[in-house]
Amino acid sequence: MTGARTNALASLRGSIERIETQGDAYSPRRVALGHAEADVTLQGGLALGAMHEVFAEAGRQGAVATGFVAGLAGRLTARRPLVWVRQDFTEIESGALSMSGLAELGLDPRLLVTVRATDVDSALRTAADALACDALGVVVLEVWGETRQLDLVASRKLTLAAQASGVTGLLLRMAAEPQPSTAETRWIVRAAHSPPWSSAWGAPVFDAQLVRNRHGPVGRWIMEWKCDECLFEKPAAYPQPVAAAPAHRPHQAGALAERRRVG
Amino acid sequence: MAARLGLDVGLPLANARAICPQLRVFDADQAADAQTLIAIAEWCDRFTPLVALDPPHGLFLDITGCVHLFGGEAAMMRLLCDVLTAQGFAVSAAIAGTAVCARTLTRHAHGRIIAQGEEADAVGPLPVSALGAGETVVIGLRRAGLKTIRDVASRARHEITARFGAGFTSLLEQALGQSDAPISSLKPLPDYIVEKRFAEPVATEAVISATLSGLAKMLVAAMAQQGKGARRLEARFFRTDGAVRTIMVDTGQPVVRGEVIDRLFRERLGALSDPLDPGFGFDLIRLSASRTEIVVQQQRDLDANVHDNDELAALIDRIAARIGGRRVVVYLPQDSHIPECADLAAPAQHHLATAVQATWPARAEGEPPLRPLRLFERPEQIKVIAQVPDGPPARFVWRRATHAVVRAEGPERVAMEWWRAQGEMLTRDYFRVEDEAGLRFWLYRDGLYDREIVQEQDKAVQPNWYMHGLFA
Repeated sequence: MTGARTNALASLRGSIERIETQGDAYSPRRVALGHAEADVTLQGGLALGAMHEVFAEAGRQGAVATGFVAGLAGRLTARRPLVWVRQDFTEIESGALSMSGLAELGLDPRLLVTVRATDVDSALRTAADALACDALGVVVLEVWGETRQLDLVASRKLTLAAQASGVTGLLLRMAAEPQPSTAETRWIVRAAHSPPWSSAWGAPVFDAQLVRNRHGPVGRWIMEWKCDECLFEKPAAYPQPVAAAPAHRPHQAGALAERRRVG
Repeated sequence: MAARLGLDVGLPLANARAICPQLRVFDADQAADAQTLIAIAEWCDRFTPLVALDPPHGLFLDITGCVHLFGGEAAMMRLLCDVLTAQGFAVSAAIAGTAVCARTLTRHAHGRIIAQGEEADAVGPLPVSALGAGETVVIGLRRAGLKTIRDVASRARHEITARFGAGFTSLLEQALGQSDAPISSLKPLPDYIVEKRFAEPVATEAVISATLSGLAKMLVAAMAQQGKGARRLEARFFRTDGAVRTIMVDTGQPVVRGEVIDRLFRERLGALSDPLDPGFGFDLIRLSASRTEIVVQQQRDLDANVHDNDELAALIDRIAARIGGRRVVVYLPQDSHIPECADLAAPAQHHLATAVQATWPARAEGEPPLRPLRLFERPEQIKVIAQVPDGPPARFVWRRATHAVVRAEGPERVAMEWWRAQGEMLTRDYFRVEDEAGLRFWLYRDGLYDREIVQEQDKAVQPNWYMHGLFA
């Protein structure tokens, strides 16, 4: 190969590389979730100024996904206002967001502004508007069911708005199948059992599956939301769902040791 | 025409048909008449902001200080009457120092303009029925031999008052121009008004939005001189055919910038379910600030908190302008232990500052969440199988799916607020349960055994169970 051709190829490669990285040229600030393994996979945590999708496959998992989104919002923004956009009828379908429930998760209801949109179109428009307002911390867009309107174009609009302002967008989809989008990460969240031996059961435990990560690998973890510390953690030695309650001491100790090592 | 033939209001239909056989008859529609009168009043708003209704078919316009804009009283009256006549209305108008005097004149002749101080001479020769004082008074005056207003005015006031009441005396004095009463305007007078008139009607969106932004700048400049900001703005579009469309925008805090007003109206106009119909064009666009407040200049914090709050309020205003103020809400804590009453959604535009400073009950450290994240506004009835009647459920059916309870905690007893009169409500026993899939629910049984749910002799009474919330 002649030198001139190599040069031309190299410059072409260079320009392609520049074009490809243009969209990703920003180096996003990241917020650690607290769950060590997930943070490693996410290269330090959840990116700010991007869109993240959380799916609940069935409608009855909706509250669990809501809890996960609330947890993410709590990690991403400590003191800034949170705008929650949702449709009217999701209140009937899966209940209204309860402020005392939000406070029980360790979040501040004072920072919440809720927008009740009539349809998906106005919800999308409102979310895009809110994402462009840099006084906010997080914008949550809650959409029930499969929708035609939430296509790649809409997703791209939201992502661009989030990148421009640095506000993080969380898209909560209930009773919907994942579709192609420009989101930074995509999670499928299911409920997980409370640890069987604990008497104070009932802390939010999620079976969180990271099915898409634009800048790294994917994974699946059991995460517990610590309401007091306001972070996600690995539950203390999580057994399989049907495991018997007692007689797990060695395993538990091992897991604890592992947690210390990682943490 | 009708009067010349001898037709009159209150005439039986048969008599009217006998007088005029080719008479066409329509049912009276008083509601539509009133609507038309209001529509005409709205249109008259272009001459003066003070327009009052005088039902059933009259309007008062207070034109003090507006006359020079239309080239004098005569020109103004001609303009108004010509447009209304062209629309097919029969108009009788008069201008006088008091509203009652002008009305009395219209009953007799059209187009009279009476200068200040000449009211008594003008209304003097008119019959007493022109005063509009009611049937009984008119008959009473006729029986007393007082045919014209001058006859009545020549009597001593106390005699008139003793016979016909103080109300009639004040009506008489107003008709004679000796006293005046303000008219009660259809709409409150806005604090600031700016408007633009077009020689040629405009219909394109570009011109309309450019006009609005120009008007917004003028309005802001007018308000800035007195340190005011607008809380409620009204744009009125006067169509050439007389239709008037009013569009209102509320804001959460006083607006002092023209661009903000411009943007709010653009959002509002873009989201109208019934879009602005220019028809043959608008010949007048008016922007008014109907509610204003003094703007308090705030010291900007170093950490830009004030700025952030401003931006949030502006965002809320924009969203509210598009989808409605009631749809953007913040939550305020309520002093109630009944779960569905613990928080109240309030419009964010008006309650943002309160909500930011509200105190919510603190959570118990070290406990798992005791209240669900999603709460059903209306609890859903479920079928429950419990091992003991007042124990936790063992399995339940909710939305046609059966859930087996793996763990349960409870009861947490919530008694109703007996000090509030809201009908008979039963005490609730709440249970926190987890099913075999790991989903966590908040259920309750309505009513206490043996006390509120009494077992009758031969039939077993089952308490109702409800699904009230879902934990994360």
